[in-house]
Formats: sequence, C-alpha cells, structure tokens
Amino acid sequence: MIAIQIRSLTKKFQGKTVVDALNLTIQKGELFSLLGVNGAGKTTTIRMLTCLSNPTSGDATLLGNSIVSNPCAVKEKINVSPQETAVARNLTVKENLEFIARIYGLNKQAVEQKVEEMLTTFRLKEAAGAKAKTLSGGMQRRLSIAMALISEPQILFLDEPTLGLDVLARRELWKAIERLKGQITIILTTHYMEEAESLSDRIGVMADGTLKAIGSAAELMAQKNAGTLEEAFVLLAAEGEAG
Amino acid sequence: MKSMAFAERTRKEIVRDPLNIVFGLGFPLVLLFLLTALQANIPAEIFVIDHLAPGIAVFGLSFISLFSGMLISKDRSTSFLTRLFTAPLSASNYILGYTLPLIFMAFLQILICFLAALFLGLPLNLNMIFAILALTPTIILFIGIGLLSGSVLNDKQVGGICGAILTNVSAWLSGIWFDLNLIGGWFKEIAYILPFAHAVEAGRSAIAGNYASVLSHLWWVIGYAVGIMVLAIYMFRKKMSGDAA
Repeated sequence: MIAIQIRSLTKKFQGKTVVDALNLTIQKGELFSLLGVNGAGKTTTIRMLTCLSNPTSGDATLLGNSIVSNPCAVKEKINVSPQETAVARNLTVKENLEFIARIYGLNKQAVEQKVEEMLTTFRLKEAAGAKAKTLSGGMQRRLSIAMALISEPQILFLDEPTLGLDVLARRELWKAIERLKGQITIILTTHYMEEAESLSDRIGVMADGTLKAIGSAAELMAQKNAGTLEEAFVLLAAEGEAG
Repeated sequence: MKSMAFAERTRKEIVRDPLNIVFGLGFPLVLLFLLTALQANIPAEIFVIDHLAPGIAVFGLSFISLFSGMLISKDRSTSFLTRLFTAPLSASNYILGYTLPLIFMAFLQILICFLAALFLGLPLNLNMIFAILALTPTIILFIGIGLLSGSVLNDKQVGGICGAILTNVSAWLSGIWFDLNLIGGWFKEIAYILPFAHAVEAGRSAIAGNYASVLSHLWWVIGYAVGIMVLAIYMFRKKMSGDAA
C-alpha cells in the first residue's frame, strides 16, 4: 500500500530551483529518512508535503489526497513535529496535548483518553501539570512528538527530532520512534547518520534539490563501496555538489 | 469548537504572563489614581475624572496591541504557528482564536478602569455604559494593530513598534495628557488625522451625553479599525498560504 506518491514535485524561489522534479514513493508503515546537506531541499520538500508551501509544479498524493487540489484532506491525516520544539510555552504539558487534540476535532472523551495515553507513552505523566517552558530540552521534544501523535496521524513528519539533545535524551527519543515503526508512516529528516541508520527502513539522499540515491543504509554503503553510512553520504552529497 | 479551543489557549497564554497583567491593568489604574490625586492638588480640566477615565481606558487598550502582537510573533518564531498551519484549521479559526479572548479582555480592562473611576467621582449613569460601547471600535482597532504587527514583524520588532512607538503615539497624539488646542498647528492636525484623539473624544462625548459628537469622532475610529483589521487578516492569510510562516 502506497502512503506517499510524489510526482515531478518542483519548487522554485525567484527563479532558483530548490526542489527539482522530485519523484518518490513511500509505502505505508515505512520509516523513510531524508538526508542532505543544508540547502539540499529537504525542508522545502517537507514543507510542500505538509501543505505549508505550494509546489511550483508537480504534485504529491498522501493516502490518495493531493497536496495541490485537496490540502484540507491531507491535513486531516498527517501531523508534524517541527524542527523547533513548537510548544505553547505558558500552557502545561497536559494543556498542550488537550489543545492539539481539540483542534483536530477529537471529542471530550477521546481527548481525555488520548492525553492519558500520550502522557504514559512519552513518560510525561509526572510533568503533566508543569508549564512547557519549564521542561528540559529532551522533555520538550518528547512533548512535541506526543503533540504530533495525539491526533492519530497516518503519516508523521519528524523534522530533526533530536537536534540539540544530549546522547541520553536522543537515545530515549529513538526508542519512542522505534515503537511507532510499522504502525504509521514516518518521514524523518536528520543530520545524524547514526540516527538515520538506526531507525530507517529506507534513506533518501538529497543534493541540489534532487534525490541522488535511495535505499537501505546497507544498500547505500554498498553502492558507494563505503565502510560507513556517513562515508557513503559524503560521497553522494559531493557528487551532487560537483554535478 | 476548534475556534474555542484556540481562544482558550490564547487566553491562558496572555493571562499567565504577569507583565501583561501589570501593564494591561495595573499601569492604567496607577495612572488614573495618580493623575486624579494630582488634579485634586493642582486643578487641571484635562485630569477631571470624566475627561481622564475615557483617556486612560484608550491608553490601556494600546497594551492589547502589544499582547496580541507579541503572542502571534512568538508563535511564528517558535514554529508553533508552523505546527498549527499543518492542522485542519481555517483562517476564521485563527482569527477568532486570537481575537475573541482579546475582545473579552479589552472590555474587562475598560470595565475595571471605569469601575475605578466611579470610586474617584465619575457619576454612575447610562452615559458611562454608552462610553464603554463607544470604545468598542477602539478595541477592534488596537487588536487589529496587534494582529497586523504579529503577522509581519518578529517579537523584538513588535516590542519596539507596539510597546514603545504605539503606546507613545497613542498617548501623546490623543489629547489624554494635555489639551491638543494648547499646541495646535500641525501637531493638532496630525493628531486628528490619526484615530487616537477621536477615540478619546468619542468616550468623553459619551460621558458628557453629547451623542451627536460621539458619532462624528466614531466614524474616524471605525474607518481605521475596519481598514487595519482587513489588512491584518489579509497579511495573516498570506502567511498561512505563503512560503514563510
């Protein structure tokens, strides 16, 4: 079953092509990581897929709904954890979760049930009454992902979910993401090769707005005859720069 | 339902910031009491309570622009608004979610200001109710300025524009602190081109029971309020559908 079908997706800013005729298919339940150096086009691609930015040309369908002609239907089925923690700072952990659940149209009973579930799953129960601004960086990230999951999205976008976290907090978040694998489709962008290798079913390497390679970590390493994913990534990204 | 959830969040964010309470309620009340005390010792017509109360009410509302502008610009800078823009919310959900609690708070602010004025000698009659209603377009005007600023400026710029420039412009060019006729000339002309002096005059005329004068001033405020609100909604919608939240 296909979750995301991207066809010739293109974005131009003031004549500069940032995403160049991207074609990609992602299966339901897959965890797909998008890697690339800064300016490779990852964030712009995610912004188009999440209906934050309109494509210049091309289209993508998410669970059969076009981001161009039916963004409202797309928004009902997805959720996003942005690069920044993106929480309401003066609201408590519980209130943040309730707020997101309510704007996605959950009824009162469902809100209560989902909030409890998220507090337990992301080990936020003890901090439920604490204002979001008082939480540690790791807890804010966990809350941010819990807020993205409370609407029960079928596709989840995680934009640099562990950026700026210490090793322990990062590993803890990996465990949370691993638990979601197979249940929902996840699109992950990251700069950490270890993260992509550890979590992803497939990895796409972007450079200059195009996908330079797609495959599992092992396939990418074999393709470039590299000992590590990082080595393979550097070679692929360098090809893009040279091209 | 979605708009109400949004409005509840806006209300909590604003009331939980102690600076908002200090500047929105405390500061105007302190000014009201201080200037009334001053007037008792050095009589000045401008600080007589039926002149002062509508002026302080308008001055207090300028902080509503600061609160709303700061909230929206912070929502933008922390990517919270980016998160919300990926949610199934309509433009009206956002507009109502941001403005409804501000309208409520602005009315509360005016009400507290006039209640304090009652203790300082303002007569309790229908004209006071009419003055509160006459300030409604001013509420929309200041909320619109906040919405517009928050949509196009970052939080530091909002602090500068709404916190410093707007509060000063609305104070000095409104005739709250001194009679604009005393300066006259281009200063008075500019003051009456802008809406703030008209907002204060509308309130004062209502208190005085001079209803014909209320309307002549109110049209200016309504014109500005509608124009700025339409522009604010346009800019916010542009951000929603644009390439930079």
